[in-house]
Amino acid sequence: MPDTVPRDDGAGSRHEAGAQPRVPPWRRRLLRSVSAFCTPLVPDDYVELVNPLWSTRELRGRIERIVPETADAATVLIRPGWDWPGHQPGQFLRIGIVVDGIHHWRAYSLTSEPGRADGCIAITPKAAEGGTVSPYLVRSARRGVIVRLGAAQGDFVLPHRLPDRLLFVSAGSGITPIISMLRFLRERDALTGVVLLHSDRTPQDVIFGPELRELSARHPGFELHEQYTAGRGRLSPQSLEHLCPDWREREAFLSGPSAMLATMSGHWAKAGNRNRLHWERFQPGTGLPEAPLGEGGTIYFRDSRVAARSDGTTPILVAGEQAGARLPYGCRMGICHTCVGRLCSGRVRNLRTGAITGPHGELVRTCIHAPEGDVEIAL
Amino acid sequence: MRTLQASPMPSTTPLPLARLSPDELDELARELDAIHEEIVADLGERDRRYITTLVKRHRQLVVLARLVLLASNRRPAWVAGTSLLSVAKILENMEIGHNVMHGQWDWMKDPQINSFVWDWDSASTPGAWKYAHNYVHHTYTNILGKDRDLGYAVMRVDAQQPWHAVYLLQPFYSVVLAAFFEWAVAVHDLDVGAIRRGEKPKTAAWQEVKGMAGKARRQIVKDYLAFPALSGRRGFKNTLKANATANVVRNLWAYMIIFCGHFPDQTYTFTQEEVADESRGAFYVRQLLGSANIDGSGLFHVMSGNLGYQVEHHLFPDMPSTRYAEIAPRVKELCARYGLPYNTGPLLKQFGAVQRTIVRLAFPGGT
Repeated sequence: MPDTVPRDDGAGSRHEAGAQPRVPPWRRRLLRSVSAFCTPLVPDDYVELVNPLWSTRELRGRIERIVPETADAATVLIRPGWDWPGHQPGQFLRIGIVVDGIHHWRAYSLTSEPGRADGCIAITPKAAEGGTVSPYLVRSARRGVIVRLGAAQGDFVLPHRLPDRLLFVSAGSGITPIISMLRFLRERDALTGVVLLHSDRTPQDVIFGPELRELSARHPGFELHEQYTAGRGRLSPQSLEHLCPDWREREAFLSGPSAMLATMSGHWAKAGNRNRLHWERFQPGTGLPEAPLGEGGTIYFRDSRVAARSDGTTPILVAGEQAGARLPYGCRMGICHTCVGRLCSGRVRNLRTGAITGPHGELVRTCIHAPEGDVEIAL
Repeated sequence: MRTLQASPMPSTTPLPLARLSPDELDELARELDAIHEEIVADLGERDRRYITTLVKRHRQLVVLARLVLLASNRRPAWVAGTSLLSVAKILENMEIGHNVMHGQWDWMKDPQINSFVWDWDSASTPGAWKYAHNYVHHTYTNILGKDRDLGYAVMRVDAQQPWHAVYLLQPFYSVVLAAFFEWAVAVHDLDVGAIRRGEKPKTAAWQEVKGMAGKARRQIVKDYLAFPALSGRRGFKNTLKANATANVVRNLWAYMIIFCGHFPDQTYTFTQEEVADESRGAFYVRQLLGSANIDGSGLFHVMSGNLGYQVEHHLFPDMPSTRYAEIAPRVKELCARYGLPYNTGPLLKQFGAVQRTIVRLAFPGGT
């Protein structure tokens, strides 16, 4: 999953929710006209009793089908409640899923090509060891589950004018944004001058392996090299020279774990043309940035425009007040939830329990949390 | 209500707070913290299903009640609709609204069911209510001069509150207070005294007043204009009466449950000196001594928002209410071990005690 988690859904929303669906204006007007009967609820609260997909306040979707791809990856087909506004191949989707009672937001690359006839969209998560959402999607989720859908995001996309020659370098689930680009190119009869260098542990681990192999068999202009790291080790930048001698002249797309990105993009910086390089980071696990433990960090209070530092034992609230921010406060012992603010980025440690949590929709009681590394909070 | 100094039987009822050593208080805090952590770690799908189902049932009940009341000029429909609407409003205020706005369900990270965005079918705006209730009342529970819910600034429910001639009337106006409880709470949450003393910035106070006025208008339009109008010219008055009745029924019920939470004879009040530099353990003890439970069935506890577990609620205000019944035996056992009272009694006994206090303390003196 890309770790470029969006900052905010805008419009003063203090809680992460789905994207604004494209609803016919008459329908919005109709709902507004009966709101006096629903207050303090909104008409949508009652509409959702009939069908949660009809919500006009956020885009939701229903899982239609889950197709296993490999032993630990599966394609999840989702039907959006309202017309899907469309996406560019390579973009990712924020998706809100309830696992064991808790709402999680994750970002997955869209693996469906834009404009599918059945109106569905697809993601292809790979079950991350120790993860929460991806194992659930791959192994436990069933048809009929309702999810929240954000808008498609990301600039890991093909240029408007398709280049003559393309190079894709991917590893593991890094293939997911690339498959939708390849399908898009196939649909346009533009699958020529394309090289894909993909690394995975074994042939069975390659997500979309059979489809990729068939594509390369049918399209002479599509060259596929699979590198099985279990036997032959990782793909080195030097091997580019014989696998794709003209790599410098190609528009290149890198997609995989941080280590691969670092090695490869370093090579491009040294020996190639960095301007022709696009990349997307895929990080197995929770998708949270690594942070030093218990050492605190800088807190940026977004609405107050104040920055403060905590040594890891000073609560966010106290650090902010010392730095001059006017923050909501209450009991100062974690019981009253007056001081909560939404965590935009970074991780925090609960000073009472030591538990560390991340930014996916997290409402943080600033009086009993300290930053773990740098954080930004909407207060 | 008892105060520590004016404890009725000092020889047989030693002051529980004074009897525990700081080490014992720390140990008590550790034990209670452990219960809290254990429950929080265990929260999951079962809990989520409970609250989402309840929210759904409430909305279905509202739709049903409002539909039945379209025919409110027929007597049976009026009775059935009013009853359904009363039950819906009680559920919405107590087991859903109060608890959601406490942050009891924030752990779900649900975009809709959380203390940040929730609004309830009551006159108070969530912002003002959360400040007055979650912060002021739950932090300074039963501290004289700090807990504004101690008699709600208009009643004398503790002998330590100085007497005033106006309290002679409190047995009467407490009935009015009960019937219009939601409006009383809304005015109370505004804290007009603080505005007058200039403790609130003018702009903030104005924002709050405007918020309350807007909320009041929407509430009034809904129950006393929009829905009555839907019943047509002949049904207008009947539906209006039905809605008013449902609101009053809900108010009376909420008043009963809430007054039984802190004002029965078994509970203590505290002076500000007593709780200066209070440890976490002492905070817990104050909550234990200042709250009283109500015995009842499962249905009773749902209808009272689990405030029959007032003791557990005051120990852990942000724990999902459904878990209070589960931890109650452990809290009770812990109280026995530390020699602390665990206050509880049947509804009518508790409410009788409260009413007796209200009548007795209308006159000077009292214990």
